[in-house]
Amino acid sequence: MSANAFWQIVIELLVAVAISVPFGRYIARVFQEQKTLLDPVLDPVDRLIYRVIGQDAVKEGMGWKGYAVNMLLTNLLMGLLIYVILSFQAHLPWNPLHFSDLSPFLAFNTAASFITNTNWQNYGGESTLSLLSQMAAITFPMFTSAATGFVVAIAFFRALSPNSDKGRNLGNFYRDFVRVLTRVFLVPCLLITPILVWQGSPETLTGMVTSHLIQGGVQHIPMGPVADLEVIKHLGTNGGGFFNANSAHPFENPTPLSNIIETLLMMVGPMALVVAFGRMVGNPKLARVMYAVMASMLVVALFTAVIAEQRGTPLLAHAGLMQHAGAGQMGGNMVGKEVRFGITQSALFDTVSTAFTTGTVNSMLDSYTPVGGMVSLVQMMLNCVFGGKGVGILNFLMYGIFAVFIAGLMVGRTPEFLGKKIEKREIVLASLALLVHPLIILVPTAWSLMAPYGVSSLGNAGSHGLSEVLYAFTSTAANNGSAFAGLNGNTPWYNVALGIVMLVGRYASIIFMLALGGSLAAKPLVQETVGTLKTDTVLFGGFWFATIVVVGALTFFPALVLGPIAEFFALYAHHAAVGAIR
Amino acid sequence: MSRTFATALRFSLLTWVMFGLGYPLLEVGINQLAFPGRANGSLVRLHGRVVGSRLIEQRFRGARWFHGRPSAVHMNPTSSGASNLGPSSPELARHLAMRSKRLLARHPGLVGRRLPADMITSSGSGLDPDITPANAYLQARWVARARGLPLASVRRLVTRDTRGPWLGLFGRARVNVLSLNLGLQRLRD
Repeated sequence: MSANAFWQIVIELLVAVAISVPFGRYIARVFQEQKTLLDPVLDPVDRLIYRVIGQDAVKEGMGWKGYAVNMLLTNLLMGLLIYVILSFQAHLPWNPLHFSDLSPFLAFNTAASFITNTNWQNYGGESTLSLLSQMAAITFPMFTSAATGFVVAIAFFRALSPNSDKGRNLGNFYRDFVRVLTRVFLVPCLLITPILVWQGSPETLTGMVTSHLIQGGVQHIPMGPVADLEVIKHLGTNGGGFFNANSAHPFENPTPLSNIIETLLMMVGPMALVVAFGRMVGNPKLARVMYAVMASMLVVALFTAVIAEQRGTPLLAHAGLMQHAGAGQMGGNMVGKEVRFGITQSALFDTVSTAFTTGTVNSMLDSYTPVGGMVSLVQMMLNCVFGGKGVGILNFLMYGIFAVFIAGLMVGRTPEFLGKKIEKREIVLASLALLVHPLIILVPTAWSLMAPYGVSSLGNAGSHGLSEVLYAFTSTAANNGSAFAGLNGNTPWYNVALGIVMLVGRYASIIFMLALGGSLAAKPLVQETVGTLKTDTVLFGGFWFATIVVVGALTFFPALVLGPIAEFFALYAHHAAVGAIR
Repeated sequence: MSRTFATALRFSLLTWVMFGLGYPLLEVGINQLAFPGRANGSLVRLHGRVVGSRLIEQRFRGARWFHGRPSAVHMNPTSSGASNLGPSSPELARHLAMRSKRLLARHPGLVGRRLPADMITSSGSGLDPDITPANAYLQARWVARARGLPLASVRRLVTRDTRGPWLGLFGRARVNVLSLNLGLQRLRD
């Protein structure tokens, strides 16, 4: 690895860490109802919103069930609203290019995708969606789905905090939701959108411009309110692009600077939540251990992906392309990548995107080297390398419950976490939350590969075709949304199957984790003794890491062997054989 | 239950108006005032006519012009995207072989040389407006010859249009193809 690549990665990571710490403290203050600098500006806004939705509704404290019911109900209503807009967009205003209504299958898939924070796209934005749909059916849920994941995590933190009132009060769903929207999302969005426009991202209500080219002919260039969508797309770890090419499109991501801004926007929220967790449960040391474990997984993933893409492949070398970075060119695997980002900013962006389950891409993962593509796949299988807004840290805590339980069995101590005993009910709920993920990935993948309507969508043959399907269900189950995009997902089977996987992947694990939180909150605190297994130590952090890797590997290794690993060996063996014959 | 439902409904509609309409429209207003050129797609005008966007690749043909990268979508901005061919795809190998064969047939001076990584690979967006400096300097030779210009003046054009990485570190050095070709046209005038 070159010094240039090394420093690009290290500096971006350090900047993200430096922002996430104060940001996390700020988030903790917001949800512990402490004063913040923005209160004088935002309190009147909040009060106005509270008046519309009803003063009483934002006051009552909710237990885990009340919280879950209101979460599901608002999400359902918002999802229906999105479905209706997409299904009738031809009859609604701001449709300058006269796009038709979405089919029921595609509208269902898209509504499920955006309300679950997945942002899987079985359509190309610039050739399918009206400007109203882009704003009112895409940008809108980018705020609310991210806020949903966020507040669920906050409620869970409250359940684990010492003053949780036995779980009767995990906070008020609406009040939390409004405070996330105004205090965590809206302010950065308002400030950062003009920076992206300054870099070249359009922000207009003109749908398309026709240009008359220098050598004759015309080019129709679609545009619209792109920049504002880009900011919440990344800050909310959403990932759905305005254009089909997502953040590879020069209008979505015009320069290296815009690329860095988008990368940092994805990282700071989930990182900050770990810091906020430490503050809210009153154990910053535990939060530091968690932060370190997640960060070390991320660092391994980043370096692996960047090195793999920079090495290129024998196929590219055989085609006569320079494979080493040199004067005026970057070498490596540039298939599906953009010149302004080169190898490092491309692999860095996509790897961060799958770690933080954003799903935005600035380079096409389907064309990544087998190892580079596998890094993204593995991160989504683990689903807790920081992870998406709120849900990433919940998954990580779920693994923590297992780590405590396993370690407790091994050394003969009572499993406790944050002063609460881990007993049968907690392990059952955590197991359910754990098992949903592989179940909704592996079963539909196998089904798709055995059915003609599943196989006919493949864009590539052989192991890479298997990887495409595996990637699709992993990405939707993890609510990521990135794709090995050679797979044609806009068929009735994939629209419906992926839609259901997104909904189950999102709500089943959230409900199990809220129930787990409620169960822990209701327990009395046990006094720490010499028999207590300490969780806020480097040793336990290592064990936590091992638990994640072992459980993840046992579950998904066979599928990986058939996909990217087989492709890796086939690719190198094939070209070694070709070389020998010459 | 009906009260819970009514609250949820009011809340959903309110957030929809605020974030689905209010926020984007506010940003359109602000940015149309602040950055009218860039907020409208960084369009380039020549003699009053829009000839393209600085950020969107367009097709150039023949040895008299600099060429952008191959595009999986024929440089059509209404359907951006990539080939999505996998790393071991035989079709990818065929595409690369075909492009290099065509290039070498036109420019025999390239035979036996390794090509810059961006020259025959297609981009992620299909609309990549840039090429690498190595690619541009290679093309400068035949562009200069076809136009009967001194090589030094075309190379100067490339040097002038090369934008380095941000802060000298982030991203890659790149040359905007439209800007290069407009520069060529100005040389002629």
